[in-house]
Amino acid sequence: MPTWEYAPAPEARETARLRESYGMFIDGEFVDGDGERMKTVNPADEAVLAEVPVAGPSDVDRAVAAARRAYEQVWAPLPGRERAKYLFRIARAIQERGRELAVLESLDNGKPIKESRDVDVPLAAAHFFYYAGWADKLRHAGLGPDPRPIGVAGQVIPWNFPLLMAAWKLAPALATGNTCVLKPAETTPLTALVLAEICQQAELPPGVVNVLPGAGETGAALVAHPGVDKVAFTGSTEVGKQIQRNLAGTGRRLSLELGGKAANIIFDDAALDQAVEGIVNGIFFNQGHVCCAGSRLLVQESIADTVLDLLRDRLGTLRLGDPLDKNTDIGAINSAAQLARIRELTAAGEAEGAHRWSPPCQLPDRGFWFPPTVFTGVSQAHRIAREEIFGPVLSVLTFRTPAEAVEKANNTPYGLSAGVWTEKGSRILWMAQRLRAGVVWANTFNRFDPASPFGGYKESGFGREGGRHGLAPYLADEAEEAGA
Amino acid sequence: MTLTAEVPETYADVVRDAQTLRRFLHGLPGVDQVGAQARAAALATRSIKKGAKQWALELAIRCVDLTTLEGADTTGKVRALCAKARHPDPDDPATPAVAAVCVYPDLVAPAVEALAGSPVVVASVATAFPSGRASLATKLADVAEAVQAGASEVDMVIDRGAFLSGRYGQVYDEIVAVKRACGPAHLKVILETGELSTLDNVRRASWLALLAGGDFIKTSTGKVSPAATPPVALVMLQAVRDFALSTGERRGVKLAGGIRAAKEAVRYLVMVKETAGEEWLDPALFRLGASSLLNDLLLQRQKERTGAYSGPDYVTLD
Amino acid sequence: MTTVEPGGRVDVRKTYKLYIGGAFPRSESGRSYPVTAADGSFLANAAQGSRKDARDAVVAARKAFPGWSGATAYNRGQVLYRVAEMLEGRRAQFVAEVAAAEGTGAAESIVDATIDRWVWYAGWADKITAVFGSANPVAGPYFDFSLPEPTGVVAVLAPRSSSLLGLVSVLAPVLAGGSTAVVVAAEHQPLPAITLAEVLATSDLPGGVVNLLTGRVAEIAPWLAAHRDVNALDLTGADDDLATELERAAADNVKRVFRGPRGGTEPDWRADPGTRRLAAFLETKTVWHPLGI
Repeated sequence: MPTWEYAPAPEARETARLRESYGMFIDGEFVDGDGERMKTVNPADEAVLAEVPVAGPSDVDRAVAAARRAYEQVWAPLPGRERAKYLFRIARAIQERGRELAVLESLDNGKPIKESRDVDVPLAAAHFFYYAGWADKLRHAGLGPDPRPIGVAGQVIPWNFPLLMAAWKLAPALATGNTCVLKPAETTPLTALVLAEICQQAELPPGVVNVLPGAGETGAALVAHPGVDKVAFTGSTEVGKQIQRNLAGTGRRLSLELGGKAANIIFDDAALDQAVEGIVNGIFFNQGHVCCAGSRLLVQESIADTVLDLLRDRLGTLRLGDPLDKNTDIGAINSAAQLARIRELTAAGEAEGAHRWSPPCQLPDRGFWFPPTVFTGVSQAHRIAREEIFGPVLSVLTFRTPAEAVEKANNTPYGLSAGVWTEKGSRILWMAQRLRAGVVWANTFNRFDPASPFGGYKESGFGREGGRHGLAPYLADEAEEAGA
Repeated sequence: MTLTAEVPETYADVVRDAQTLRRFLHGLPGVDQVGAQARAAALATRSIKKGAKQWALELAIRCVDLTTLEGADTTGKVRALCAKARHPDPDDPATPAVAAVCVYPDLVAPAVEALAGSPVVVASVATAFPSGRASLATKLADVAEAVQAGASEVDMVIDRGAFLSGRYGQVYDEIVAVKRACGPAHLKVILETGELSTLDNVRRASWLALLAGGDFIKTSTGKVSPAATPPVALVMLQAVRDFALSTGERRGVKLAGGIRAAKEAVRYLVMVKETAGEEWLDPALFRLGASSLLNDLLLQRQKERTGAYSGPDYVTLD
Repeated sequence: MTTVEPGGRVDVRKTYKLYIGGAFPRSESGRSYPVTAADGSFLANAAQGSRKDARDAVVAARKAFPGWSGATAYNRGQVLYRVAEMLEGRRAQFVAEVAAAEGTGAAESIVDATIDRWVWYAGWADKITAVFGSANPVAGPYFDFSLPEPTGVVAVLAPRSSSLLGLVSVLAPVLAGGSTAVVVAAEHQPLPAITLAEVLATSDLPGGVVNLLTGRVAEIAPWLAAHRDVNALDLTGADDDLATELERAAADNVKRVFRGPRGGTEPDWRADPGTRRLAAFLETKTVWHPLGI
């Protein structure tokens, strides 16, 4: 029994201004539609939070038509400096309503309030702020003398960072002059709908942003819609490939941000305490529901035991529980389906002979929970070393030399991110040069910034979000269109 | 190096000569400054409320080394401080006493007299505090006076000039000599982390002081800024944690200088708990060297008891 | 100038002072000079800055430089955007001052353009590195990158006859790049500049990042041009002869000098500024590091 218990420190649930039901956002208005409705649930206790409409094919038609009209008549003709000011308004409003959004996000997603408050919401505001500034500077972006938008963007986002993913999609698309139809994830529609309300308050012209809640069918209808000129998808590799197949031959633009199985590589000369923080951050931040999670620990064999001792010790201070408690480090798993998948893969890990360990952890009775878990004795051939678990499960492998580390790190169809921990600068750069990953974090992990391009190699997707490079997926490529 | 000390067996050969000691200290893992700052900042987001906060405030008071180290100190000033140390809040006799009073060696005697019969101990700075710039003989004489006058704790300063020029053996020898001169008194070793500048140096100096027999490692004299900061405290707590893991011996950490707010003190307690462990949540292993901090702790304690914000008229200025 | 009607209210007139180190002092010389409106009527007395005021302004700008240049680009952008928010809030006041100063019916559109110009530069703060920096493909096992850095303290002579839009167009690029400024306002139309300083003082802009002097340009400017703790000089507000003299003085510590167009023509302040002014106050630092195990 600890001497000093931290008392519960709950964030006030009322701050979220949760409503019983929300509408979908089409052409500047919230509408119920006449299709079915679905409930969204708090994964921490399985209680229903609210009801939202499921957008059907006719809703998708209307939204795309509204986006098209807004694009042609209002948004594309608007000078960049005016578009910018709308986006600045949205950024500031997100900051103003930050607490409300953070609590709502934790309720709908299950992530700790500490993370939604300190990471998700501030970054979402920052993305809008950053891209607002590009709207009237496109000719200075190194992407041609007169960059033009593409048209209507159909954007499908996942449940792991609902508000932030909405910001990553909307901000660059709008800044470059496109209009958007956004489909938030089935289990996490709420903050996207509040963002739509913010757009309304900012007096964004109707049709520029449309938000359609729904499940797989809604998303499929949206990305297949002939009125959509550009598709942006973040989600599983499996679905991403499906979309890429379906768009083949249509000439429609596509960007994909898919899964990962990142290697977090620790050398024997690493700053050990900070490296351990990097491991913990890498796989337990957001319950491991992160495409770029450091889910494979590649530790140099000579210090493996030392690192694992420090790691196990550190995991003992992680607090799992109520996402609204400000002291919670590990929140709920987003859904029953995701929990089932995590359980299946960890069972496979044990069956294949890896050794499983978790710190002592009290799991609440209701809700979807999984304790932070470390598998040692993992090899490249194990399922838990190859497949994306998308949960708080770390697979530990060892290596002897930098070349071996690179080889193992790259030995995967994925290529989203990697971590390198060493105090030797030349080795950091040598590794960074050789790692086949879109983001290399050296002596840090899970750092995001609107000015820093993010995206994958290989089956982790293509296209970048963030930075100057994040403009390119939303700009027309006249040369490509002309077949040059 | 000429002196031997009672070094834990694990490290006996590390201290056999200056070169070996140097190789050991330089072989310690580096500290990534940004990562350390980030970890310290993350720990500062812990929300400590209600019962947990009250517990922390009580403990913080019990861990205070109430300090006066001014050229203008007099017997009168020291007596007033000692009265405060015994009964910090005259309106609430249930307020715990602080751990110690910390003064210059020539004011130890009045402090001992004023604290007779109380659980508060007398700590004395020594070794040409705060600069440490004097001969070893002068420094040892300083220690001897403090101990003879009745100090049960000695806060020494290391020779930062020697440390920064790489003469670790000399720094080690001095600590060992001071420890011997302390006799039964317990020794805190002030690293003056603000002058050491880098977290790598803080780690090395921490280990050096622990190997040389320091009972406590202490951040600062309070005369140099920056003094105690969260990343520095983190590195020092990691050092005592690692030392305990490899030798079985628990040494203490004292944070001094620049800690004025109760909120900061509570944050440091969180850091102690989540870095070294709960065993260190005790004045035997953790101290806060401060003067104005005590009043803020009392104000916060009053607020917790009454439910209303308190004011400066309700704490004593001594 | 207002006249009081019978039974009417006497207004409280503003004292126009300098803006140095975040505060509004009078000139240490105690001097002032009359400022007239475009129609010749008296508007106010403005402080007549001295070489000592200029000296103090440079000290303040230098002191503020580490904090301003050390802030994240995002933070600078947000502070600058806040300035735009404050400008928008005071739109009516600026319209009145610009109309009085420049005697033009275009005051409304000038103020609109000013606010939009400021927003443009606010959005530049966190784009500069991506646009002006590079990673360089050297022919060897090295990682080689070049980063833009702010030059330091920039002395700016504000345009002579665009009292707000021109002023903002020469000041904002200095700030967006992370440098700090000592601005000498347009000698005959200084009042909008002082009101701008009030906006800056209420916008989370740290004191000393911008310092504003009013007075005789020909008196103050040579002291700034020769000042060895000034890194760069913007000569936009100087006529050709003065500009040449100042350029010569600037050579003493190899200042970076930015000149406006020759022949006394004012640029078209409404046109797209491009990136010339941004680039003028940036240094480039190139770093090499080997790649190896």
